[in-house]
Amino acid sequence: MTTTTAAQPLLTINDLGKQYGPKVVLRDVNLTIQQGEFVALVGMSGGGKSTLLRLIAGLEKMSTGTLTYPDVAPVIRVMFQDDRLLPWMTVRQNITFKRNDAALQARSQKMLARVGLEKWADQYPAQLSGGQKQRVALARALMAKPQLLLLDEPLGALDALTRRKMQDLILQVCQEEQLTTILVTHDVEEAARMADRTIVIKDGTNRYAEKGPDKDDPAAVGVVADQILHDIIDPEGGPA
Amino acid sequence: MENVSPVAAVTPKKKKMNWNRLLPWVLPVLIIGGWQLASSTGFLASKTFPSPVAVFQDGVALAQAGTLQRNIAISLYRATMGLLIGGSIGFALGVLNGVSKLSRNLTDTSIQMLRTIPHLSLIPLVILAIGIGEPAKISLVSIGVLFPVYINTLHGIRSVDPNLVEMGTSYGLSKWEIFTKIIFPGALPTILMGLRYALGVMWTTLIVAETIASDSGIGYMATNAEDFMDMETIILCIVIYALLGKLSDLIAKNLEILALGWRQAKEAQQ
Repeated sequence: MTTTTAAQPLLTINDLGKQYGPKVVLRDVNLTIQQGEFVALVGMSGGGKSTLLRLIAGLEKMSTGTLTYPDVAPVIRVMFQDDRLLPWMTVRQNITFKRNDAALQARSQKMLARVGLEKWADQYPAQLSGGQKQRVALARALMAKPQLLLLDEPLGALDALTRRKMQDLILQVCQEEQLTTILVTHDVEEAARMADRTIVIKDGTNRYAEKGPDKDDPAAVGVVADQILHDIIDPEGGPA
Repeated sequence: MENVSPVAAVTPKKKKMNWNRLLPWVLPVLIIGGWQLASSTGFLASKTFPSPVAVFQDGVALAQAGTLQRNIAISLYRATMGLLIGGSIGFALGVLNGVSKLSRNLTDTSIQMLRTIPHLSLIPLVILAIGIGEPAKISLVSIGVLFPVYINTLHGIRSVDPNLVEMGTSYGLSKWEIFTKIIFPGALPTILMGLRYALGVMWTTLIVAETIASDSGIGYMATNAEDFMDMETIILCIVIYALLGKLSDLIAKNLEILALGWRQAKEAQQ
């Protein structure tokens, strides 16, 4: 996905901070996310990436700072690391939440087709593989036509091949639906491959930003991934 | 994404006679057969331990007189009413304390204190307070089933994965939808386990209540038979309790199968 020059900011974060008791997890985070942009947040484990995502999702309250939407507040959906499917509902019921609305049912059919699971609509999550469960979770996230899709390491538990296929599916869906997407990942190659822009969260704040590479060029992806990795582990810091 | 076929996942197994279904009945049949053999050969004295055939004949005679059906009906009425009243109160308190911290802080300690009192020790108090009529027996059964239903409902609700609740909240589900679509179905296996346990308590309580203070019911039949040294009727009552206990357990089990069909899909997959 490419950020157009005419893109408007969807979300602006100013001096955001989060602390749990005396422990400061995030401080002085300043970010602007453009409409239609695919941004990756990377960093060390426990660095605050997921916390930042949860604050954007409204699942937690920030301690300091502001989070503003220049236009109306967008519809936000989160895809979690674990699929969080309801085991007592079928695939279709999981994405419609058993609401008997004709338009919802029609959209669920469309979304299931989009993620390639229309034949699985009446199966229970326990009958699906890990990759299929995450595809259901993706379909569920897309049901409400969100403007902002937050991905909290949703591919972390998948094998390499399934992971790659899911990356392609997410990229394709985000492009087709023109979604603004924020991906949290600990995999720098995944970030370099998928994102228009990668932001390194280090020492509780956003320290560096990398532009995305040409995604069709594996060498360019590798170079950017190496640069991101260097920024994460560099003890001296880097360009802010 | 693994390419697992949905067809393969649901392919029905070829139907054939399942001998395993008969296995649980082998032991009861052997016991009754051995019992009859011991009685027929004189190993068991018929006056102190009558044969199964004699017990069956006694049952037929009582049924023909209408006594058996009348007493079973009144016992079933007491058991059902006690279960409905006690189970409803236990369930309501469990739900309330499961979802409301204020309610839990206010009432849970008191309920837990009451729970530790053996409910059968309340019989003298209940008789003195409300006599020996139907309300006394129904009250005792209600108190007996209330606590297992309460404990399991509370535990079931408190054990629901908070991540699922968080997902529901972030996906815009209303509080009612979160309860009916996430919390209650998530707690249901534990609630049904509590119901199954409560059914056992229900029969135990009823037996004691009908034995001590009653003029009808299966417990009364057994006590009355004791006065006349009628061993056939005493054993018949024990067998009826066993059959009613098994029947109620079967109902609870089928309720589980009906309400928790999704778990069967999981087991079939494994």
